[in-house]
Amino acid sequence: MLETKAPTGFALTFYRWKKNLKTPTPYLMTFGIALWIGTYYLFCEGWELPRFNKIPGPYVVITEWLSRKPAWGISLFTEDYHGHIVASCRRIVIAFGIATGIGVPLGLFMGWSKKFKDYSFPILETLRPIPILAWVPLAILMFSGLETPVIFLATLASLFVTTLNTLLGVESIDDSYFRAAKCLGAKSSDIFFHVVVPGSLPFIFTGLQISVGVAWFSLVAAEMVSGEYGLGYMIVDAYMNITYVSMVIGMLTLGFAGWFTSALVRWAGNRMMQWRVRALALEGR
Amino acid sequence: MPSSLLGKGAISIRNVTKIYDPEGVNVMAVDDCSLEIAAGEVCMIVGPSGCGKTTLLNAIAGFHSVTTGEIYLDGEMLCGPEKPLAEQGADRIVVFQHGALFPWKTLVENVAYGPIVQGILSKKEAHEKAEGMLTEAGIGDMSQKYPGEVSSGMARRAEIVRALINDPKVLLLDEPYRAMDALTKSIMHEALLEVYDRTKVTIFFITHDLEEAIFLGDRVVVMTTRPAKTKKILDVNIPRPRDYQVLSSEEFRLLVNEAKDAVHEEAVKAFEAGERELA
Repeated sequence: MLETKAPTGFALTFYRWKKNLKTPTPYLMTFGIALWIGTYYLFCEGWELPRFNKIPGPYVVITEWLSRKPAWGISLFTEDYHGHIVASCRRIVIAFGIATGIGVPLGLFMGWSKKFKDYSFPILETLRPIPILAWVPLAILMFSGLETPVIFLATLASLFVTTLNTLLGVESIDDSYFRAAKCLGAKSSDIFFHVVVPGSLPFIFTGLQISVGVAWFSLVAAEMVSGEYGLGYMIVDAYMNITYVSMVIGMLTLGFAGWFTSALVRWAGNRMMQWRVRALALEGR
Repeated sequence: MPSSLLGKGAISIRNVTKIYDPEGVNVMAVDDCSLEIAAGEVCMIVGPSGCGKTTLLNAIAGFHSVTTGEIYLDGEMLCGPEKPLAEQGADRIVVFQHGALFPWKTLVENVAYGPIVQGILSKKEAHEKAEGMLTEAGIGDMSQKYPGEVSSGMARRAEIVRALINDPKVLLLDEPYRAMDALTKSIMHEALLEVYDRTKVTIFFITHDLEEAIFLGDRVVVMTTRPAKTKKILDVNIPRPRDYQVLSSEEFRLLVNEAKDAVHEEAVKAFEAGERELA
């Protein structure tokens, strides 16, 4: 019988990396990116099509982004740029942290206790569809300063998504797990911590990935309306000052930041749900 | 020595009726059903789909209430007129149709769960005992795996170990091998018989499969179509321990035919009624 020791740590990463190179995925990804940048280049800088000729093309943007002495004031090496990123990330961390800290327990309780859900679900369902921009005036009235309203808005949007997904997560748990736990002598609190919480984790983490995106979305909206720092502010500011290159840099930065935070949430989810990762791996996913 | 060897686990079902009213219309799932199951008996319940077999199991396990009638376990009332819903407890453990090992716990954690939450053993002791029992069941190598990583046969075997570690009086099995192929099923049957011969735990086993019922059971109870009551009880006097030789014996074939006639009649009735299955 052929038996080899399963690789671990760095060897495992290397193995996966090597295996991945044999699939079409990395090549298709590269091709997709190249196609996108190529089209962008041709439209804006190559053919200078109408409607696109005011938009800075990839060449200008990338040169500016990497320039030590940027013509429009924003590049990888300017303190302003760092300041905007740090300001936005800080707000996201706080807002996402609060939203998760409240939303997950709230959703768990709503799913676990029918009574609690009966109380709270109508309120959640009424508040949830209100677009986040409609909350802006109220946020400004309620909170002083510039920082708190922005964080409040990002938290709110994220909170609804997290709560709803957590609730759905609890409701998705097969009844037989509850019955099995009770058969085995579990008390209510055991069921909460050993069935409700782990059973809803897959939905919770799907929800958290969406909610971190929603947090970025509403944060930027809020920063555009009121703020003096942050990527959303930077984009609007660049637009007002007709420095379109900085505007595009801001947009791309948001893209990367959003991607990075989603990946972070996914990573955390996989760490906490080894049982799921391993089962999915066996299915070849 | 497990308590079940001392002759515990006699179930007495007396005139149990269960009426559901999901849509404001009463649906009778079980009608005046009585059944005596001796301690240490393997009692197989067969009947058409949706006839109310699972309703009976749910009443014993304490998942659903009874409308009238009583159920006793070793002379103590589980449920009756004053207390229509039996308390759930580790003396009656259910093995579910689709399996209910917690997917987020490894096999050994699953097995150790009962004694830990009941506060009988410390985590360390429970894990040691669980490892021992999994090894005894021939799946010791798998103890650190999650249920999603092992075959359905292994998972079901681990689930039975998870029940047995609590030293239950009764094992309630609800078509546990339904979705398995014939080969896996035969391995599961022998494993279950081996467990039974060792523990003599009372087994209440619901199935569609007549050969399974006769191969495993001391008695086979054929239920009528909904509302369920007992139609026929077959005694299976094939000596234990049984192995697969039994399947080709004349006695076995006669019993299967006898059961088939009874079940077929009910299956036709159920099919003609065309009602959707109830739990």
